[in-house]
Amino acid sequence: MAATGTDKAGAAPAYAPGTRVRIRADAHPGHHRTPLYIKGRRGVVVQYVETARNPETLAYGKDGTPRVPVYQVRFAQAELWPGYHGPRTDTLLMDILEHWLERAE
Amino acid sequence: MADAPPHGVHDVGGLPGDEPVDREEHEPHAFEKRVGALLRLLSHPDKRVMRVDELRRGIESLNETEYAGYAYYERWVESIRRILVEKGLLDEAELQRKIAEVQARFGEGGGGH
Repeated sequence: MAATGTDKAGAAPAYAPGTRVRIRADAHPGHHRTPLYIKGRRGVVVQYVETARNPETLAYGKDGTPRVPVYQVRFAQAELWPGYHGPRTDTLLMDILEHWLERAE
Repeated sequence: MADAPPHGVHDVGGLPGDEPVDREEHEPHAFEKRVGALLRLLSHPDKRVMRVDELRRGIESLNETEYAGYAYYERWVESIRRILVEKGLLDEAELQRKIAEVQARFGEGGGGH
């Protein structure tokens, strides 16, 4: 599953599908790919997606290495929106860079 | 918005807005197409003068007044300007001279619209 070859080298994925995670609540001042509305929220890793160049350093003219694992994370809509009135089964899927994740529980 | 924790000027998804979202469609203006083409050329893999990630960072560096006052592609072109000046590919004085020259040629509205 981990990407191979020097250009693709990066950290091996740390979170298996089904892992309960929480999105870091950091008020990161620079460019980042984690919107405010998921910070501090809990979700579940659905799958590892890829190990990508880091857009948060590419944004400053760097080469985006080391590459960062990206995961698809599922959130319950009720976890994201206080007072959510839709069905409890409503979810949101979002691709998230590994360094924004921490284990929940 | 006052209750929200610190966040970027662009990072307002899910926060209450001051006015309804404008869903009206329009045909792209010549200016918008030019800005889109400019970014495609600047970010083309053959040269890669700048990346889309840098474009986004440049847009996020706008202050609240600028962000609210600029249209979508105006934010892009202002970001492109900042990134190219930052990289030393454009000189601010050179840019001002050219803007003045174009304004003189076309009048106040500039030549793009």
